[in-house]
Amino acid sequence: MFVVKTISLPVLAGAAAVLMALAIALIFFYAPTDPDQGLSQRIFYFHVPIALTAYAAFAWGAWKALLHLWKRPHGADLESYVAIHQGVIFGSLTLLTGSLWAKISWGVWWAWSDNQLVLFLVLFLFYCAYFMLRYSVDPGPARANMSAVYALFGVVLIPVSFLAIRLSRSFIHPVVFTSHGPQMTGTQFLTFCVSLAAMLALLATLYQLELAGKRLDAHLRELRELLA
Amino acid sequence: MLSARNLSKRFGVKRVFDRVDVSVVAGDFLLVTGPNGSGKTTLLRVLAGLAAPTGGELELPPRESIGYLGHEPLVYRELTPLENLQLFGRLYRVPERRERIGMLLERFGLWDVRHDRVGTFSRGMQQRLGLCRVLLHEPSLLVLDEPFNALDAAGAELLDETLTELSARALVVATHDPERVEHLATDRLAFA
Amino acid sequence: MNYLADVGALARKDLLLELRAKETVPAMLLFVLSTLTVFHFALPRGTGHVAALGLLWVALVFTALLGLTRAFVPEREQGLMDALVLAPADRSAIWLAKVLAVLAFLGLAEVVALPAFAAFFSGIDGRTVAAVALADVGICAVGTLTGAMAVAGRARELILPLLFLPLAIPVVVGGVGASAGAGGRYLGFLVLYDAVFGLLAWASFEYVVSET
Repeated sequence: MFVVKTISLPVLAGAAAVLMALAIALIFFYAPTDPDQGLSQRIFYFHVPIALTAYAAFAWGAWKALLHLWKRPHGADLESYVAIHQGVIFGSLTLLTGSLWAKISWGVWWAWSDNQLVLFLVLFLFYCAYFMLRYSVDPGPARANMSAVYALFGVVLIPVSFLAIRLSRSFIHPVVFTSHGPQMTGTQFLTFCVSLAAMLALLATLYQLELAGKRLDAHLRELRELLA
Repeated sequence: MLSARNLSKRFGVKRVFDRVDVSVVAGDFLLVTGPNGSGKTTLLRVLAGLAAPTGGELELPPRESIGYLGHEPLVYRELTPLENLQLFGRLYRVPERRERIGMLLERFGLWDVRHDRVGTFSRGMQQRLGLCRVLLHEPSLLVLDEPFNALDAAGAELLDETLTELSARALVVATHDPERVEHLATDRLAFA
Repeated sequence: MNYLADVGALARKDLLLELRAKETVPAMLLFVLSTLTVFHFALPRGTGHVAALGLLWVALVFTALLGLTRAFVPEREQGLMDALVLAPADRSAIWLAKVLAVLAFLGLAEVVALPAFAAFFSGIDGRTVAAVALADVGICAVGTLTGAMAVAGRARELILPLLFLPLAIPVVVGGVGASAGAGGRYLGFLVLYDAVFGLLAWASFEYVVSET
C-alpha cells in the first residue's frame, strides 16, 4: 500500500477496474469447475480474496494507529479510520459471501465450523464497536488517541481470537464440514491471485477515494471557519 | 518557565481561541479575564498541560512543577481531607508529607474537619481543600481557574494572602472578577 | 520503588472509595445471584453439566461488566482524571491500581457466586477455580482500559459492553474449555491472553487518558 500514495486516483481506479474485469473473466471462464460443488464453488474466488483484503485493511489501519501514537504525524488518525472503515466494508462482504457459500454448499446460512467465518464475526463486532467509540467522543486528540489504541487491540485480537476459535472446536462443535482452501492447481492459483490483486486494488482505490473526500471535508470546514 | 506562541484551540469546527502569545517566568502574575464561556478555562487547561493546543508552540515545565486548580476543586468527595492530601502527596512525591499536610490544613482552617468526608463540606470548604492540594507540592507554576469561586470572606482573604506570598513564583490566574487581584498582576490577557 | 508506592496509594484510594460508598460490590453480588437464578429457569431439563458451566461464564462476564462500568465514575464525574493525569506519577499506575481494585471486587463477587453455582447446579472443581482466577486477570486488564475509553465519551454505560465483549470472547473460550476439563492448554491459553493483553493495556493506557 506504500506504492498507493504515489499513484494518482484515476490511475488506481483504472487499474482496479481492469483487474476486476480480468478476475471475473478468469473466475467464470478460465478456472476449472469443481467436480463436487459445481458453479457455486467459484464464490471461493471472491470470498477468500475479500477476506484477505479486509485483513490487509485492518493491518494498515493498525499500522497508521501505531504511527499516530508513536510519531504523531498529522492525518495518521484519519488514515487509520478510513482503513478500518474499508476493512469493515470488506468484512461485511466476507460474512455475506461466506454465508452464501455455506448456504450453497451445505444448505445452512451459517457454519460455526468455518473458523475463518467465525473469526470474522468476532472482528466485525470488534470494529463496529470502534465506530461506536468514535461517535461517542468529540473529535480531537482524545478521540484520535483512543481510536488508535483500540485499533491496536484489534490487530492483536486477530491471532488470539483465531487460536481461541480453534480451541473451541474441540468441545463445542463436533460436526465438521470439509474445509475449503483446496490444494490449488496452476489455473486455480492464477485465478485466485488475479482475484486477490483485483480486491486489493479495489481496496486501495476506495481507500484513497474516501480519504480524499474526508480531507476535502476537513479543508472546507477550515475555510468556513476562517471566513466566519 | 512557560512560553506559548501563536496558540490556537479548536473543538471540531468551533474556534475557542486564536493567536495567543503567553510568556510567564518566576515572579510573573498573568491575569486572564473575560466573561463566562469566553475560553479562559480552555486556555488554562492548555497552559497546565492537560489539553494539547490545535496550533502553535507551547513550552511547559515538567509536571511536578505545575499546580492546577480547575473549575472543580478536584478532590475525592468520599475521602477525608487528610486522605485526599495523603494521596496527592504520594503521587507528587512530596517530602515530609505529614508536616506539610498539617501545615496547609491548619492554614486554610480545615484541621478540625480533617477526618470528615469532603462530601459533607460546603462548596467553599471544598475549594479551600482544592487550594491545599494545589499548594501541596510547592509548584513553581500555578494555574488557577477562578480560585475565588465559592469562597467566603475569610477564605477569600486567606487566598489573597497566599497569592501575595507566592509572588516569587509564576502564576496564571483566570477570574471574571479582576478587581481583587488587579494590584498583583504583572501581565494581562483579556478574552472577549 | 516509587511506581509500586503510587500503585499502592491509588489502589488503596479505590478500595476506600468502594468501602465508603458500598455500591458496586453489593450490586455485583446481587446481580450474579439473580442471573444464576434466571439461568436455572432458562435451562431445560436434561441439560448437561457443560451447558450450565457455559452459563456460569456468561454470568461472570456480565457481572464483571457491571463492576467495570462503575470503575471510573468518581474520576469522570468529579473531573478528577485531570488531577491524576497531571501528577508526575506514571499514568499506567492508574491503570494497574484500578485493575487491582476491580479484581478485588470481582473476586468478592465470585466468592459468593461459585459456591452458589455449585449449590444451584453442579460441583466446581479446582480447574474451574483456576480458570476463573486467570480469566479475572484478563477481564480486568482489558475491561479497565475499555472502561476508561467508554467513560471519556457520551454514551458511557452503553458503549462499554460493545467495546469489551468482543475482546472477552477468547476469555470465555479459555474459561469454558478449562472448566469443562477439555485439557490444560485452555489454562495455558488464558495465561497467554492475560500476558498479551495485559502488556498491551499497561503500555497503552497512557494514550487513552492523556489528551496531549
